[in-house]
Amino acid sequence: MARFGSDTRPIIGRGPSLVARFLLLAAISIGLMVADHRNNYLTKLRNIMSAGIYPAHWLVDAPFRASSWLMSSFADRDQLRNENARLAAQVRDLQVSVQRLAAVTAENQRLRELGEATEDITKKRMVAQIMHVDLDPLRHRVLLNKGQSDGVFKGQPILDAHGVFGQITQVGRYTSEAILISDPEHAIPVRVNRSGLRTIAAGTGNLNKLNMPFLTGEADIKVGDLLISSGLGGIFPAGYPVGIVTRMERNPAETFATVEARPLAKLDSDYEVVLIWYQPPSIEPAITPATITNTPVSVEALESGANSDQKPDAASSSTTGTPAAKPKATSSGTGSSTRPTP
Amino acid sequence: MSSRTGFLHILLTTAIALLLTIVPLPQVINMARPDWMLLLVIYWSLNAAFLTGLTYAWLCGLTIDALVGGLIGQHALAFVLVATIAQHFQFRIRVFPVLHQAFVVLLLVIIYKFMLFWIDGIVGAATTSWLRWLPALIGALLWPLLVAVLDTSARSVR
Repeated sequence: MARFGSDTRPIIGRGPSLVARFLLLAAISIGLMVADHRNNYLTKLRNIMSAGIYPAHWLVDAPFRASSWLMSSFADRDQLRNENARLAAQVRDLQVSVQRLAAVTAENQRLRELGEATEDITKKRMVAQIMHVDLDPLRHRVLLNKGQSDGVFKGQPILDAHGVFGQITQVGRYTSEAILISDPEHAIPVRVNRSGLRTIAAGTGNLNKLNMPFLTGEADIKVGDLLISSGLGGIFPAGYPVGIVTRMERNPAETFATVEARPLAKLDSDYEVVLIWYQPPSIEPAITPATITNTPVSVEALESGANSDQKPDAASSSTTGTPAAKPKATSSGTGSSTRPTP
Repeated sequence: MSSRTGFLHILLTTAIALLLTIVPLPQVINMARPDWMLLLVIYWSLNAAFLTGLTYAWLCGLTIDALVGGLIGQHALAFVLVATIAQHFQFRIRVFPVLHQAFVVLLLVIIYKFMLFWIDGIVGAATTSWLRWLPALIGALLWPLLVAVLDTSARSVR
């Protein structure tokens, strides 16, 4: 055993006793916990702590960044050429499948305006990297390399290339913590794409499983159904894919059916995710002749659909510029109708 | 050895434990990752309590709070509790044989884990998986190794 100095025994009467010191520190800890849990008084403290711990996160993440940089700098020519060909093919396929999107979006927009229901609008996107840092293994959380300095906010929705990924739970100065949709503390309002049935998909603690606890045996849902976000919670924008139903069991003895789904987002293998800023649908839609006659989505929409990952800034600036963003801007000016949407 | 080099030694080992806490591991091993920071706090509470005191344990706990997320103060409270017990019995535990010590460490880590579990339960999100207790066992098994390494490094510093 290592011993520093000859006398390890504290001199009697020096300082407060062990129990007194314990009680003091325990009281401070409990105070911090209550303040942190009840109301978010500690945002500032958390911010400072996360900035203080950032070097450790950065240091652990560094070898992975270095190795991926080395891999890309020393990749051989054939490999790059193959990858290039594959990406080119992928872009072509995506562009083909996106060709009708502009027309369909425009039509959808017109129909929605006839029904006086506005659609939510994605205002800005930003790509964030997941840092190679392990947090508590019992909770499905990841650390992203974007924080308050990039405009990230608590409750911000996160997507990946395949579907809804999660949302931001804590924002630090340079990093932020995100909860995955598979965390047992997380639930997302969803809609069955085929039948329009609305329900809630809760995380289970298993990366490949979501649970829908509130569906009765008569619910119109079957294995293979696509679940999309319904936008009801006010956090996630509507219409993004969440999961595929993998199991549906009706037990007549029980009130609720057992329904499980597999998340579409690659929760365990993602490296890059997309943070989005969107404007929820407003309850006072405005109809101006201009927005009806205009075809709201043009070439920019095509570009932003195909290249959203590569050019987040260009995409964001172009989307805000399109007439699709107009209804909000004009609603205060015209004030034509203030009826809430049905 | 002066208390100055002692402090440096403690700081250095703390930094290493901090990195070991967050270094990415495969999912299976990650579940069994021992609580390095807590083991270190126990070690220093047994061997250099006059240098570290409870404040060191508390600060280490706060660091873990910042590092892995969750409620601020949760790990801090559990760390202080374990350090208090360890320091109260330091003179007895220190003369135990290493295997006997490992058993005490197992109990201490279980107390720590239970404290976290309890607070999780109060807040409303306790995971009841048995995997939660696995790091306690692994930590106790690694204790002899940790003592050997830290004792050797202390001797070389001296």
